[in-house]
Formats: sequence, C-alpha cells, structure tokens
Amino acid sequence: MTNEVSPLTPVLTKRWLSPRSWTIGTYEQLEGYTALRKALKAHPDQLIQLCKDSGLRGRGGAGFPTGMKWGFIPQGDGKPHYLVINADEGEPGTCKDIPLMMADPHSLVEGIIITSYAIRANFAAIYVRGEALHCIRRLNAAVKEAYAAGYLGKDILGSGFDLDVVVHAGAGAYICGEETALLDSLEGRRGQPRLKPPFPATSGLYESPTVVNNVETIASVPFIVNGGSDWFRTMGRDRSPGPKIYSLSGHVTNPGQYEAPMGTTLRDLLELAGGMKDGIPLKFWTPGGSSTPLFTAEHLDVPLDFEGAAEAGSMLGTTALQIFNETVSVPWAVMKWTEFYKHESCGKCTPCREGTYWLTQILQRMVRGEGTPADIETLLDICDNVLGRSFCALGDGAVSPITSGIKYFKDEFLALCETNAVSTGKHALAGAH
Amino acid sequence: MTTFDERPATAAETEVFGQDTVDRARAIIARYPRSRSALLPMLHLVQSVQGHVSQAGIAFCAQQLDLSNAEVSAVATFYTMYKRKPCGEHLVSVCTNTLCAALGGDDIYAKLREHLGSDGKPLGHEETSGTPGEPGSITLEHAECLAACDLGPVLQVNYEYYDNQTASSALELVKALQSGQKPAPTRGAPLSDFRKVELQLAGFFEDNESDVDGPSAAAETVRGAKIANEKGWTAPREPDSVEFPALPEKK
Repeated sequence: MTNEVSPLTPVLTKRWLSPRSWTIGTYEQLEGYTALRKALKAHPDQLIQLCKDSGLRGRGGAGFPTGMKWGFIPQGDGKPHYLVINADEGEPGTCKDIPLMMADPHSLVEGIIITSYAIRANFAAIYVRGEALHCIRRLNAAVKEAYAAGYLGKDILGSGFDLDVVVHAGAGAYICGEETALLDSLEGRRGQPRLKPPFPATSGLYESPTVVNNVETIASVPFIVNGGSDWFRTMGRDRSPGPKIYSLSGHVTNPGQYEAPMGTTLRDLLELAGGMKDGIPLKFWTPGGSSTPLFTAEHLDVPLDFEGAAEAGSMLGTTALQIFNETVSVPWAVMKWTEFYKHESCGKCTPCREGTYWLTQILQRMVRGEGTPADIETLLDICDNVLGRSFCALGDGAVSPITSGIKYFKDEFLALCETNAVSTGKHALAGAH
Repeated sequence: MTTFDERPATAAETEVFGQDTVDRARAIIARYPRSRSALLPMLHLVQSVQGHVSQAGIAFCAQQLDLSNAEVSAVATFYTMYKRKPCGEHLVSVCTNTLCAALGGDDIYAKLREHLGSDGKPLGHEETSGTPGEPGSITLEHAECLAACDLGPVLQVNYEYYDNQTASSALELVKALQSGQKPAPTRGAPLSDFRKVELQLAGFFEDNESDVDGPSAAAETVRGAKIANEKGWTAPREPDSVEFPALPEKK
C-alpha cells in the first residue's frame, strides 16, 4: 500500500475505458464476480460487519452509514426481505449513476447479489428513472447475462442462495428518488412519501423489511469485499472514507466525471478540469445538486466530504458540482430551481405544495423587475414555513437555493428591486394578476 | 391542464390491445411478488400500443390488475411520462433546468417552439406538430434535469441523448426528424420512435439486442478515468488476500 494517495482514484470508474465494458465478458476479465464467489463463502453477518468496518456511507445524498442500514434489517423474523436500488437519478446537477450504469452495469448487479445475500433478500428491484432508457437496456442485458451465468436465479453458484432481480422503469417523477415515495411507486401507486417511522428497514416494500440504497453505494460493495475495509479506508477521510465520483458541470473547461478520494476540494477538481471556462471567474456552485445550499469562491478549499460540506454550511449531497461563472444571475438561477421544485412537489404536504407555488411566483416577479425589498423577507418567511414541515426532504431542498442565494448574494436581489422602484414607482403583489 | 377522456372505453377501443398485449401484460405481472407492482410498466405497455395512455389503456390495466379505473387513473396522471394526448412519431424533450438553461437550454427550447409552431404561435409544452403518430410528427416538451449535466445543454429524442446541443444544432436535428431522417444520438441506440421505446420501457427488448451496444462513453464521461490513465494514477493497491471480519457475537 502506498502512503501517498493519487489525486484521482479510479475504482468504480476503472473499467469505463475498457472495450464493451458493459458486457459480462469484459467484466469477468477484470475481476468481475470474484467478490461474489468470496462473499458467498462468508456468513451474511460477516458481510454486514465488513460494510460497517469499511465506513461506507450512502452515495445518494444523505450519507447514512450503509452497514448500519443493513444491520437494521430484523433477521429470523419470518418475513421476506427486499433490496431496492434507487437509480432514479434526477437531482439537478447529478449525473454519476447514469454513466455508471451504462458503463459498468455488472458492478451494480454483483453488488446487488452480495448485498441481498447479506441481508437475506431473495428479490431485488432496480428502480431506474424512465428517461434513462439506455441504462435500462444495459441493465436488462446485464441481468440476463448474470442469470445465464448462474449468478442469479436458484442456488447461485451452488450456495443454496436464490435471488431474482427485476429492472423497473419509472415514469417521470423526481419525488420517486425519495426512498419511501420510490417504494410506493414500485408498488404501483402514486409516488408520494410515507410518514417515517416506520422506516423501510422494518416496513418497506410490501410492508416487509427493505434496504433502499443508491447505485454508487451498492456498486462499491464488490470492491470492498475484494479489497477489505482497511484498503477502502486508505482513500478519503476518517468519517467519510472511500472514493467518490465527482460530477463537474457548467462553466468549467472540461466538465465530466472525476473519481477522487472523499474530501477532495473544488480547487483540486478545477485544476484537473482545466479551470474555469474562458477564464471567467467562478461566482457560485452547488456541492451536491440544487438541494444543497450554494457555495461561492470562498469555499474553494472546503473538503468535499460529508463533514466538510456540512461544517461549511452546506451538504455533500450527490457531489454534483454545478459551476456558474460571473455571467449568471443568482436570482434567475434560484427562480429556475424553484420552478423545478414547484413542478416536482408531489402535493401531499401543504407547506411544500403551497410554499413552492408562492415562492415561484415571488421570484418570477422579482426577476421580471417588479419586486420589492419586502419580497426578500417574504421569501425567507415562507422558507421558514416550508423547511422541516413536510414528510420528506423535497421542501427542505427547495428552500436551500433561496436561503443560501439570499445569504451570499442579497445585493443582487435588492438590485432587481431598485430597477423596479426607478422605472415604475409601484409594486405589484405576487399572484395579483 | 388536460384531463383524461372520461367516457368509458368502447369495445372497439379495447380491442386495440390484442392477445400479444395481454400476453405481455401477464409477463409483466409475473416479474413481481405482488401484481400491482406491474402497473407502471403496464402503463408504458399500453402507451407503446396507442402512443398515449387512453381511457381504453386505463381500462385495460385495471382489468389485468383487478383494480378500478379510478385507481389506475390516479396513478397515470401522477407521472409526466404518461402522455394524455396522442404523441408524435418522436418526443423531443429539452432540458430547461437551471444549468442547461444557463448554457443555452432555454434558447434551444424557444427556437424549437418557434420552428414547430404554426400561425405565428409557438408550439406549447406537450403539444404536437403534425398529425400524431404520422411520420415526421413531433411532440415537444421542456424537461427537468435529464442527468447529463456534464454534457449540457442536452435534449432527448424518444429518451435517447443528444448532448452538447446549440439552438442551431437542435433545429437541424428537428428538421431532419420532420423529413423522416433519424440522426444517431450521441448516447443511446439508433433512433426508432416513441412507441417502440415505450415497449422497451415496459421491459420488452425482443429483436433489439444490438441496441445495447449503442454508444455511451462521451469524452466527458471518461474524462477523469482518462486523466488517471495518462498520469498513471490508480487507487491504492488492493492487498493480496483479505480475511473477512470475525462473525459478530449475537447480542
């Protein structure tokens, strides 16, 4: 083992350059399904312990410790257990799971088999966003190949363990990325979140114990089985170990997917990505999708892991780094994101449904140049009434761009009102036309 | 806001769904521990037959799953991919979420609305230019984040990706579609049509095996992997042999 870890640490992405990397032939040539053979010889509880020891945390945004989640599944309860993969990637800025599923679907399938064995599940579903058709094709083909090779179905590799996997296409609803809405959707219902508790670990799919994990999380599992928890911990930081796929998009010279140790900074990533596009300076960015509070040029050296992002006042989220230069208006960007949350609010909880509706109207009016400084207070007041007051975190995400936008760029919101005061001398009320 | 046609489906409409669709519906049900889980794929299935989810499609799903029409309608109306009016041969979805919009997505959408509109009126969201289902007909929509932000601005035609678009490249693409051509996507399978991809979303891939090999690795996708490869950067070497942790004691 080396002491010095490279700036980029391809683990999940290391097969992406191989020819026809999505086929079982390529996958098996590159250590594919070797972890499964090892795992099936271990006791399931040893695998749960291994995952806990590795410190792997959920890559879907919340960062919940994966091994702990698996450990919550009651064993010997006589109920069927389920594994559900959240492949409903749709958080604005997030574009890591889709390339992963296209390039290396077998790593996800192998991770699913190992995880299902660990939690004693005999049925697993991959809930993929419907718009990700090419991923659905590749996953279907990979599952078919895995059945043909004896990695899925009855008595897998003579272990006595049975597993069926279904690839399930969603139908266009951001909210289905929320785990309980996803479960309702998978049960053939409207994708609306459930009140927790009970948590999916005790009452998930079909009211049975269920683990819901993100694609990147589960695709990491075969590597942890082969490399061990100490190896996994050589990358990243103590409480956020391992490699992470950082997605850089927007005004950078070379946008794309960069797999680096957890805790890498935007400054480091920008250097790899050739800096800001056309040399126009950085203005604001999201560390992990639009639901994570904005950062500015002040935050270039924040270590991008769960603790680092949180200590600096944001969240790591999905490590979707959307980068905006000085040409982009913050109120405009915030308005666009708010329109998104309004469209995607499922309507179940009043604060989120009504709040996003009115926030959108006020922001649209401000961007039209018809706002007043009092609107800023109204926005913050509504945000206060949305945050933490709904079943799921969609409403919480919706207020992030607004509160952080006003925190760092209040002058821009005020400037919009100045134009208004000068040009018309009067102010409209939101929704009054 | 459009609503589903509320009159009951006639016998002739129900017959649209022949025995092959019934067989497929049953194959979908067989995939799941509980039948109702088949509803989302089954709605994709009926959409593949008719180009939208009609009242007859709803009745068909209800019948197959022993649900009421109201229960199926409640689900179908929740999801944006189930179209309430007949779609064109192609569905063009332009990402207008913040990042794509800042890079030109709003301009692309405006340009396409204008081009596909008529009588000086731009085409609206989920409206169709041409006769739905006829060759060259196009349904246009603005979409939320399509998870291809490193390749923005993006659009999709029948859910295949066309990356790094500009207003003029998107216009050329749409003109080609209108004239019956099928330009290849940047990432995805050779372009077919909306109904055919809906059948794939229902989980049926017969005769489409080669689609799997359609391109996926854009320069952006493999950028980090390539830099690492060129510089000889790797993850720390895995140890030669690793023991599993001891079996935890039962508490």
